[in-house]
This record gives sequence, C-alpha cells and structure tokens, in this order.
Amino acid sequence: MSTATPSAPVPTAPTNKLGFTKQDYVGSKSTLCAGCGHDSITAQIINAAFESNIEGYRVTKYSGIGCSSKTPAYFINQGWGFNSVHGRMPAIATGASLANRNLINIGVSGDGDSMSIGMGQFVHAVRRNIPMIYIIEDNGVYGLTKGQFSATADKGAHLKSGAVNDLPPIDPCTLAIELGCGFVARCFSGNPKQMNAIMKAAFAYEGTVVLDIISPCVTFNNHDASTRSYKHVKDHDFPLHDLGFIQYSEVEDVEIPAGQTEIVTFPDGSKVAIKAIHEGYDPTDRFTAMKAIHESMAKGEFLTGLLYINPTQPPLPEVLNLVDEPLASLGEDMLKPSPEVLNEIMQALM
Amino acid sequence: MTASLAASPTTGGAKTRINDFSIQVATVNGSGSQTANTVLLRAIFQMGVFVSGKNLFPSNIAGLPTWFTIRASAKGYVARKASNEMLILMNPETAREDIAKADAGALVIYDEPLQLDKLRADLSFVPVPFQKLVTASCPEPKLHKLVKNMIYVGVAARLLGVDMTEVKTAIAKQLKGKAKAIEINQNAATAGYGWAMEAVPDQDQVKVVRDNKTQGLIIVDGNEACALGALFAGVTVVGWYPITPASSLVETFIEYAEEYRIDPQTGKSTVAIVQMEDELASAGVVLAAGWAGARSMTSTAGPGVSLMSEFIGLGYYVEAPGVFFNVARTGPSTGLPTRTQQSDVELCAKCSHGDTLHINLYPGNMEECFQFSYDAFDLAERFQTPIFVVTDLDLGMQNWSSKPFTYPSKPYDRGKVLNQQQLAEAQDWGRYKDVDGDGICYRSLPGTPGGKGAYFTRGSGHNAYAQYSEKPEDYIEVVDRLRKKYETAKAHVPTPVFRNQGSAKGVLAFGSSDPAVIEAQDILAGNGLKTDYLRLRALPFTAEVDAFVREKQVVYVVEQNRDGQMANLLRETYPEFAIKFKSVLHYDGHAIDAKCIVDQITAFEQK
Repeated sequence: MSTATPSAPVPTAPTNKLGFTKQDYVGSKSTLCAGCGHDSITAQIINAAFESNIEGYRVTKYSGIGCSSKTPAYFINQGWGFNSVHGRMPAIATGASLANRNLINIGVSGDGDSMSIGMGQFVHAVRRNIPMIYIIEDNGVYGLTKGQFSATADKGAHLKSGAVNDLPPIDPCTLAIELGCGFVARCFSGNPKQMNAIMKAAFAYEGTVVLDIISPCVTFNNHDASTRSYKHVKDHDFPLHDLGFIQYSEVEDVEIPAGQTEIVTFPDGSKVAIKAIHEGYDPTDRFTAMKAIHESMAKGEFLTGLLYINPTQPPLPEVLNLVDEPLASLGEDMLKPSPEVLNEIMQALM
Repeated sequence: MTASLAASPTTGGAKTRINDFSIQVATVNGSGSQTANTVLLRAIFQMGVFVSGKNLFPSNIAGLPTWFTIRASAKGYVARKASNEMLILMNPETAREDIAKADAGALVIYDEPLQLDKLRADLSFVPVPFQKLVTASCPEPKLHKLVKNMIYVGVAARLLGVDMTEVKTAIAKQLKGKAKAIEINQNAATAGYGWAMEAVPDQDQVKVVRDNKTQGLIIVDGNEACALGALFAGVTVVGWYPITPASSLVETFIEYAEEYRIDPQTGKSTVAIVQMEDELASAGVVLAAGWAGARSMTSTAGPGVSLMSEFIGLGYYVEAPGVFFNVARTGPSTGLPTRTQQSDVELCAKCSHGDTLHINLYPGNMEECFQFSYDAFDLAERFQTPIFVVTDLDLGMQNWSSKPFTYPSKPYDRGKVLNQQQLAEAQDWGRYKDVDGDGICYRSLPGTPGGKGAYFTRGSGHNAYAQYSEKPEDYIEVVDRLRKKYETAKAHVPTPVFRNQGSAKGVLAFGSSDPAVIEAQDILAGNGLKTDYLRLRALPFTAEVDAFVREKQVVYVVEQNRDGQMANLLRETYPEFAIKFKSVLHYDGHAIDAKCIVDQITAFEQK
C-alpha cells in the first residue's frame, strides 16, 4: 500500500518490512525537562511504530494542552499533527477519523487534559470506540502551569510546596473499562519493555485503546513524598504478566510457548501472548479486571500491563456503516444527488 | 345550535378582505394543532393565494399555550402582521385574554363551552360544539383530542370559502402514507365544514377567492431548505447537538441522507452523522473533519455558538474549514428558546477570543437558505476557515412559500489542496505561505502518501512553515495574512440585493426582516416617503455596501435585536459615516412586522 520511500537511508541501520529505518519514525527534538518520563514514552511510540511497520503518512497525532500535548511533535514526522485546545483532543480525533478511516490515530493527553477539563470528551470518545490509541501521560500534576494537583493525584499525595491533596483520584483505567473500552492498559514509563509490547498490540487494535502511562514529573512531582515519583512507582509497580506481541505478518514465524500463556487473537490475525504473573487474572473478563485493579489500588500498588481486552468491538466508522473509501476522498459524483432527485423533492413540497 | 354571527354589529357593514387577512389560532401545545394549522395554511395555498405561517410556541413539550398565525396576502406580503381578522380560540387558559386583545371587528371561532360571546360587542362570534362533532365523526375516543383541531379547519374553510377538496388534499399531503390517519382527519374536517354550512350564516368579512399566485410554488421551512443545500453540497461529516430551533435542520438532513446518501453499490453511507456530547465537541468534529478533507457541518443556536467559540477561534487560526449553521433565537443566555431574534450578529462576526473575523452568510428567503448552504461549503474549503450561515427561528422553523429551488450545477470548489504529485513537485512548500498573494495558502490532507506534505497544526503561534514560533514578525505575518484573506472574501460572498425607489434615504436590513421591510417600504412610499433598500447577504461588507453607505443621506438599519448589532459593525467599518446609521429595532421575540418599521422610520423623519 505504501509508496513512500525512506527519506535518508542509513546503510548500516536496520530497516523494517516497509524499508524504513527507525530514524524515519522520529520527530523534532523534545523541549521537555531532562529525564521527563514523557520522553521515554515518545521513544517507545517510535520503536513500536518502527517494529509494527506503520506507514508514517497514515499517522495522525492529536493532542490538547499541557506538557504531554507537546509530545506529538517529537515522533513520526511523516505523519500529520494537530495540537488543539485544552481537553478537546478527542473531538479532533473523532472528526478526522470519520473523515478518513484509513488514518492511524494517536492521541496524546495528560491527566489534567483528560481527567479534568477534557473528562467529558474522554468519556464520550471511549463510549463511541473511535479508532485511536489514547495515551494518557499521567504524572498527577499540572507541569506546564508549574505544579498544581491534577485529578489523578493520590489522596494524601504531597506537592513539592508541601500542599497535600485531600481529594480521591480518578482512575482512567477502571473508568475506561466501565465505559466499554475494549483495550485498557497501564504502564510505567520506566518499563520500556512492557510499554513496547503494549504499544505494538495497540497499533493492531481497531477501536479505542486507553493507555494510562504513569510518567513521573521530574521537576514538580519527583520528590520522596510524591506517589508519582520514579522511586515510589518503581517500588509499587506490580506487572500483571509478561506480554509478547506478534504482528499478523509474523504469526507463522513465531513459536508461541504452550502452557500458562494465554493468546488473544485480533481480527487482523495479530496475537498477544500473555503469561500471567498475577494469579487468576483474566484480561478478557472485565469483572475480574475491575476487581483486581480495585484491590491493588487499595494496597497502594500500580497494577500494570494489559488490564482488559476485547478484540472484536466494532469501531465508530463501522457502527455508522460508512463506505470503505475515506469520506474525504469522495468526489462530486458520489456526493451530489442528480437534478432528478431535486425535482422529486420539490414535487413533494408542492 | 345558532351562531351569533347574524347578531354581530360589524357584519355586512365591513369591507370584505379578500385574500388579505391574518388568522390566529390559539391552542395548547402537544395537542396536534400544528398539523391542523399546516393543513389550513396549505389549503389556502392550494387556492392559489400567497400565504405564510408563524408558529408562536412555548418552550415546553405539552400543555402550555401556543398560537399559530396564518397570513394570506394577494400582494405577496408574508411578514407577520400584528393585527388579525380571524381568531380560532381552542385554549380555555388564554381565551379571555385573546378576546381582550382582539382587533375590533374580528371573526372569532371558539369552543362553545368557553362562552366568550358576551365578552365584547365589537367582535363576531361563531361558537362551535366541538365535542359533539368529534364524537359523531370519530369512533375512537383516544383520538378525539387530536381530531378536534381538524374540525376547526373544516369550520374555518367553510367560513373563508376554501374548497373542501383542497382541505382533503392538504390532509393527504400532510399525513403522507398514513391511510387511516388521513381518513379520520378528513372525516373530522368534513364534519366541521358540514356543520358550518348548516349552522353558520355566510359572512363577508374575510374571504378566500381562488387565485393563481401559488402555482408551481413549494411550501418549506428554512431548516429544511438549508438541509437540502447541505445535501447537494455533499456534506460528509456532521457533528451536532440538539438545540431549539436548530435541531430540525440536522434531523431533516438525516431523513434525506438515509434516502439519497447511500452508495447503491454497497448499501453503505457516504456521510457520517454523530450526535456529540455537546456543541463544543460538535465544533471539534466539524473542524477536524474539514482539516482532514471532509465537507463538514453542524447546526446550532446562540448558546451552542457560545460554547463552540473556543474551537471556532482554533479553526480560524489553524485555518480549518467547516460550516456552522446558527438558527438564531432570542438571547441572552437561555433567553426565549422558542422565539426569534437576530441577536447573534456580533457573536458570529467575531466569534472567539483574540482578533477573529468570520465570513457570515445571511439568507433572506428559502431559495437563499438552499443556495447559500450549498455555497457555504465551497467558501469553507476555498477560504479554509469556519463559515457561519446565520438564519433565525423565523426563517428556520416557519412555513414559507417559495419558488422551487434551482439545481446547483456549479461544480464543487474544493479549494487549494495539494495532492501527492503536486506535493512531490512543490518547491519549498509551507502550509501558511501566501504564494498567490490572496491570503489563502495551499494545504495538504493527512493520509496523503509519498512522504511529503506532513505538517504540524497548532493553535499556538506558528510561522509560514507551520513551525512553533513566538517571534513577533512570524505572529504578525500570520494574523495580517488572515486579515488579507478576509478582504479577499469580499469578492466571493453573495452581494447585496436592492429594491430602490430612487431615494437618498437608505434602508439596510438582512435575513428574516426582508418581507417586513418590503411591506414597510411600500407603506412609506404610499405615505410619501420613498426609500432605497439594500438587503445585506454576507460579511465582510462588499463594495456595494461601501457605495450605498457613501451615497445615502441616512441609512436606516433594520434588525431584530436590542443593541443595533449590525449598525455597530457598520459604524466600526465606516467610522467616517457613523452618524448616518439610525437603528430601527424589533426584539420582543416575535417576528418583525412592517408597522414597527414604518412607525420608527416615520418618527426619525419627523425629528
């Protein structure tokens, strides 16, 4: 399908099945603080897109406002970016994904952008199952306005200034499961391997993927009293399973270990291999998923991994029974009714 | 049963008003009276007489008073007329007040138990035993409430001299395809007609005489006309949120789309319609769809535009196309949601924070609702910006007679979009580079293969290459170019239409005020004051407006809002002529009428 060629082939650099090097998936230089967890996420988006043989020109990158929302400029320069307004990225992704159903939509948001000002749009985008990977770079704090609490901050968490958060957090993952999202995962930006597997699976998924990535803010929220600091998250990260993602094109080449590994197959033939660590966790059952997440939250753990998966939920363009060709490409011949139709309508109004 | 008509002091002495009268029907909303009133309107229309209908309804589902006015006019005046020659009073709650307000000499049809005939001596009364007639004509008690209204249609038709065959045809048209409902309603109307023939003596106050003025005309409301414009313009993405009085625009579109926008090869839809969670999200869908190459629209009213304004500003600054219908209602805030006003003029002209200027189209009749809606999609893609089509409740939801719409044979203008090959050949392309000097730049669409043309759209400061920039010179370059683009639009928007009587006195109006202004112009001319009338059809103001303002001694700006919002825009645009603009205003929620214009202009002239 792709007619694109790599922009600057480096002879020694490995290429993917489309002939692109990883360099073809990078973006502009990050302007975030050194050590920001968001940059690790950006790196994994680049790796996963490269490894998943994503056609860059089909990628659209959406964001709202905040530190997280700057990051779409830092990956996949071959794709189109749209940095919109605070909390309204989901509406932008909805409109563009309907206009052109061939696009590969990546939305990057933050905990402030999604769980406060943009909560309404988050909820309804998930409910509509619009085809997009919705990443929440979750640090529990408003970085760009210099360190106010967000709605995902834990009760009792401290700001650098000493202020204590006395309200309970909103959890994007249980919320997304409740809303019927078919792909819900949580990662820690300090665990690249897990992020990589989940992001590759996300690229293969057709509907809304909600990916809550705990991403410590090194400037405003990385102190000892913070529950979103690198140290705290590392100590409390509780991976559910070892994940392996096998793209449809590789299915025949890869041997899937038998035994305790659960396989979830996507409509395109791709597979996720899940080797459970957390006993009795079934990511295809939303009730056990909800229970396990709530129990781990009560213990102060960050349960990470693929929390819930339902690979066959139809995305919005399918629900709307849209033509296969992108609506944006339809010409006047497909769109404009004939003079006879107008005449018929006029007769009925006489 | 005896009607009191013969005893009326006004009978016989009054001059008969032939094809020139207003009827006001007072009912309870939710009682099915809208169908009955439309049938009466349509039956008069089928008699070949110009007719217009205005539904004055409450913001309520059922149980509150509602009034419907039908105006017949041989001269073709279709504005609201403040006085009524016939009243049909079905609502016990308002009947006494309606009688108190009635114009002397009016003919009053009412439900007999209301006993209204003793209240005034200067009216003619026709008490109708509705319950008895309903029981006799309709065997099903649960339908009595609904068909009761159709009985007054029969009575009124008989009194006015409207043929019963026309009433029957109108019922069949109105209830298209529902055989049983047609039969029941035709029986009820016939019962009313028959009763009136026997029980009520002929009257000669108001009469319908068959004419040929409406042959080949249609009856339509503005929301349907706009929906049809969008249908033929090939809209592909609709994001919307229900709001009175704009909902029926999208709802009517959906009905047409289900029939005419299904790909016959696959049975799949060529348009995505999504009812969003609010107007703000709707605006986002519209602009992003436009950004990605779709023809997109939404339909809303004032409160929706207020909510959308954050996104409208983004659309203006990042240059994303989209069509925004504003079917205006009475503000501010919730205001009077079911009443009309032109009070969003300034809101739509400059919607959103920062320096913003938007192209606005103001259709003034049904053909323009259709044509401008069609054109709006071309303008949106040509100028890569949000376009407002501003109507109001009066245009949008009321019944208007119109010439059938002309097929829009002009091909779509998809604007300056570079395809894969053009992008490959382009030298030093920049998304916001003004190559042609008209302020309109070349854009690429997401998903275009070939590895060229990707860019980063942002609501923050950017330069000609769409790169983030806070440099003063980059900022100025972009916003000054946007201003230039707005200037370019002057040559592309609909120009004003004139109705000149050779006068140095100017009248400027727009949108739904048109019929009232035309009627007022004739009345004023009859009183010895000639005027030249410019009907504005768009923002920005075009060269024709410049000339008019320059040439006229005085410009009476007629508009339906309190603050003279269009006059404000004119004063701002033409500060050297600011003193020429005199505001003629009407803003009580009812549609404007000729008399209020005549009175205000006359008062200015006498100063």
